[in-house]
Amino acid sequence: MTSYLDYTTGEPVADTKAPAGPINERWDKRRFEAKLVNPANRRKQTVIVVGTGLAGGSAGATLAEQGYHVVQFCYQDSPRRAHSIAAQGGINAAKNYRNDGDSIHRLFYDTVKGGDFRSRESNVHRLAQISVEIIDQCVAQGVPFAREYGGLLDTRSFGGVQVSRTFYARGQTGQQLLLGAYQALSRQIAAGNIEMHPRTEMLDLIVVDGRARGIVARDLITGQIDTYYADAVVLASGGYGNVFYLSTNAMNSNATAVWRAHRRGAYFANPCFTQIHPTCIPRTGDHQSKLTLMSESLRNDGRIWVPKAKGDTRPPNQIPEDERDYYLERIYPSFGNLVPRDIASRAAKNVCDEGRGVGPGGQGVYLDFADAIQRMGRRKVEEKYGNLFDMYERITAENPYEVPMRIYPAVHYTMGGLWVDYDLQTTIPGLFAVGEANFSDHGANRLGASALMQGLADGYFVLPATINDYLARHPHQEPVTDDHPVVQEVLAETGDRLNLLLSVDGDRTPDSFHRELGELMWEFCGMARTETGLRKALERIPQIREEFWRRIKVPGTGEELNQSLEKANRIVDYLELAELMCLDALHRSESCGGHFREESQTPDGEAARRDDEFGYAAAWEFTGTGEAPTLHKEDLVFEYVHPTQRSYA
Amino acid sequence: MTRTVWDSTVGKKIVMAVSGLIMLLYLVLHLYGNLKVFFGLQAIDDYAVWLRNVGEPFMHRMWTLWLVRVVLVVAVVAHAVSAYQLSRRDIKARPSKYVRKRPRATYATRTMRWGGVILGLFIVWHILDLTTGTVHTGGFQDAHPYENIVDTFSTWYGNVIYIVAMLALGLHIRHGFWSAAQTLGAGSRTRDRALKATANVLALLLTVGFISIPVGVMTGLVS
Amino acid sequence: MKLTLRVWRQKNADADGTMSTYEVDGISPDMSFLEMLDVLNEQLILGGEDPVAFDHDCREGICGACSLVINGDAHGPERTTTCQLHMRSFKDGDTIDIEPWRAAAFPVVKDLVVDRSAFDRIIQAGGYITAPTGSAPEAHATPVPKPDADFAFEHAECIGCGACVAACPNGAAMLFTSAKINHLNVLPQGAPERETRVLDMVAQMDAEGFGGCTLTGECATACPKGIPLMSITSMNKEWLRATRKVAKR
Repeated sequence: MTSYLDYTTGEPVADTKAPAGPINERWDKRRFEAKLVNPANRRKQTVIVVGTGLAGGSAGATLAEQGYHVVQFCYQDSPRRAHSIAAQGGINAAKNYRNDGDSIHRLFYDTVKGGDFRSRESNVHRLAQISVEIIDQCVAQGVPFAREYGGLLDTRSFGGVQVSRTFYARGQTGQQLLLGAYQALSRQIAAGNIEMHPRTEMLDLIVVDGRARGIVARDLITGQIDTYYADAVVLASGGYGNVFYLSTNAMNSNATAVWRAHRRGAYFANPCFTQIHPTCIPRTGDHQSKLTLMSESLRNDGRIWVPKAKGDTRPPNQIPEDERDYYLERIYPSFGNLVPRDIASRAAKNVCDEGRGVGPGGQGVYLDFADAIQRMGRRKVEEKYGNLFDMYERITAENPYEVPMRIYPAVHYTMGGLWVDYDLQTTIPGLFAVGEANFSDHGANRLGASALMQGLADGYFVLPATINDYLARHPHQEPVTDDHPVVQEVLAETGDRLNLLLSVDGDRTPDSFHRELGELMWEFCGMARTETGLRKALERIPQIREEFWRRIKVPGTGEELNQSLEKANRIVDYLELAELMCLDALHRSESCGGHFREESQTPDGEAARRDDEFGYAAAWEFTGTGEAPTLHKEDLVFEYVHPTQRSYA
Repeated sequence: MTRTVWDSTVGKKIVMAVSGLIMLLYLVLHLYGNLKVFFGLQAIDDYAVWLRNVGEPFMHRMWTLWLVRVVLVVAVVAHAVSAYQLSRRDIKARPSKYVRKRPRATYATRTMRWGGVILGLFIVWHILDLTTGTVHTGGFQDAHPYENIVDTFSTWYGNVIYIVAMLALGLHIRHGFWSAAQTLGAGSRTRDRALKATANVLALLLTVGFISIPVGVMTGLVS
Repeated sequence: MKLTLRVWRQKNADADGTMSTYEVDGISPDMSFLEMLDVLNEQLILGGEDPVAFDHDCREGICGACSLVINGDAHGPERTTTCQLHMRSFKDGDTIDIEPWRAAAFPVVKDLVVDRSAFDRIIQAGGYITAPTGSAPEAHATPVPKPDADFAFEHAECIGCGACVAACPNGAAMLFTSAKINHLNVLPQGAPERETRVLDMVAQMDAEGFGGCTLTGECATACPKGIPLMSITSMNKEWLRATRKVAKR
């Protein structure tokens, strides 16, 4: 058997859907060229949507409005609980309401640059164009964005940009946007256009004759495994940050849908591009089950510092001004505390590695609001950040109005995901991926307040336009039934996997394996990666996987609500995905955005890209568990934003 | 519209609020009139006679009084039927209790149901005692309230029933008046304190006012 | 910390449930309440017992999945969600009672997990603004006075956890329903459906078997997001207004 590391390089993969021509005309052109489905025929076509977050919720609602029959799934008890709800800071849009020099082109430019030149220009430009419509759409739905006294929408500036283009609803923007999409979805459910299956988890994809035709899903209450068929399948199942065990993702967010699709033939692109968010609440001990993010907007008014001296254990208020190191303001004078996330995170790691970290274990830096409170007054600070301060106090029992907050980076978002073309179609015809589940728009690093923008752009505007083209080209697909050999095989595999998990009856809990894998990934595939570390991880992961199948203990049966079984089944996929993430990180021996290889840095410690060698998106093809995958490269062409060394100094 | 109101929990609460307010208005007038007992036999007995002739010659004798009685009966019945139906619904909506539960609501709030039942029974007794005289002790005389009142409050149980009922009334009004305001959508953040104060003042005035009558009899002020 | 837990165990929707007693040790005051339950569950799995099922997801206090009645209080003694409740709110040696939301409209699914789909159906009855994708006018076309926007936001904060129903002695969903009605009805965008929204949502709330409001205020006290009791008053006003208006049509 060949080693997993001996991957082969296959045919390059290319996006064939984005039209040529001036970038600002491509989306219009694509929409015009895409075939349409006659409104009367739409109700005869079924689309499966997996997930009800910003991307899935908005896609489901919009497709149903267009007249398609939508069958939608979420593992939560209600579509309103998808983890988009936890996004705090805001949503970007190039409205230029502030007249501060913003434009669609600038948002496009900022996103490509922020992504460290590892994203596709056509997609990013379309995202910037659509951003404007998203705000209109959400306001029409009743999303209560923050407003000024004149009744017009308020905006603020957000990490990594110098214009004020972020729309927000206090610190609960994700919640408000998600509820908007959920309400639109609810309207369609009531109208009978969407068949909603809550508490139902997708376990596999059904591919017949090379096209995605349905899914296998488990009713989490009864344990019943069922098949659902459609003319196209849309995955909106979010990111895979939970591979790290500790992340800001929801406890049950998982990679099963995308990983199973990958196993069935969808390429997985840039799996190593993980975003580590700089402003999370530091962990308090081994019991920690998840990490809580504090909105990046805090960096607008808070100042980040550590003591100048190593091992300074004085309480923060007793450290005089000249013994503090406001390191971001010192190293990056023009952006200061607002540098992009990857840079802020790495800087925090560096000062902690130097022994200047604060709080228990020295894994933290201060985020200080004393100056802001003095400048704007406590009331204004409270109005802007009140709920974040309350949340911080509830978790840490410290009052941030009096003592500086302690923050530390944590896994937050995964830029990688299923490879998709301009139409958001994966390499399996009829399988689409939207939102965080795809890899498309953020390159190697996502800018703050851009995830909400992308999720809604994909769901409300992009997918509904592009999926038409596919459905119009495949109007009368042969119906698939349960007795089809492919379906029989997928069902058998799924059943066997669950039965095996239940029958091992070992001596380790699912969480113990998840925690072990997470610690390994955080150490070797986290904020800074090295060849030695990644090789170590790649050696260790198959061992954990082997041990998992020998020692896992899942109590209960498969015919009931069994949360241990759900967990264990998700870990099966994490144990494979983790391996691909490490391999991708190992093969990409440059640093870019959130992917920092210690071997590839500038003399002053910044990420050094190697565009000649790595100016591509890495799309991996699955060949078997533990078997060396095949790499397909998509060359990235930059016609409008010329790659430069990112500089935020 | 009637159907919408009656079929809805919110609508039925509105029925309760409106009927409750009608009864409350009546109680205020009732107390005002009955306090004449402290001005002696003639004052209250004349008042009783006047009540029977209100509105003459436009209204025939007793008509106004009966009109009031009909309105009151409708209000009582509407209030009680709504309360009964809503309570049944509420109990059905929360079939099992928590093992440990600390009641947080005020005493007045928690006693609305039993208080209402007590008041209902009291009204029956009160009418049989002082309106029809069916269960009156000491010889009932129509339109001679002074002596009837003295009779009733000369028995220990007359006093006990009456005083207990008036305490229940106070509690009922305390939560009921404020609650009715919320049900009718008349409450607001700025008005809340005023509404609560009004509820308390009304509850106190009515309770103290009504109880002063048996106390007056007991202390010999009225005899 | 060492604690005694008395937990509601119920095999499935049809089975009878009972309170079972467990001991947990080595609990840190920095743990969240759910992390304490994680410790119990790890212990149960290794001992060959069924772990306690409970709903949870974001563990940041925003998704509204977690739903425990702790010592008789929905979400426990602090005004927050169960996932944001920390063990520092308890003392070493405490006995803690943990029960599911109890309401006829929220049937128990297993252990501490209940079915809250009734809330989704209330929203489906009218808790939205009809604005099909693509039909929206320019966002600044209709300014919204800041006080109205703030009022809308305050009510839009509801996370749909169901604590209001769990705390209400009548199992009423008035606070949940009113929060959404107030959010949408105050906005100019919500005006065209203002009457049907309140009438339909209240009718659906009744159809789901929730109780009526006796204004005990328990709901607002339990609400982790601080939706005020006055929200119900505003809904009643909207309902009366709508009933009168619709009758005139």
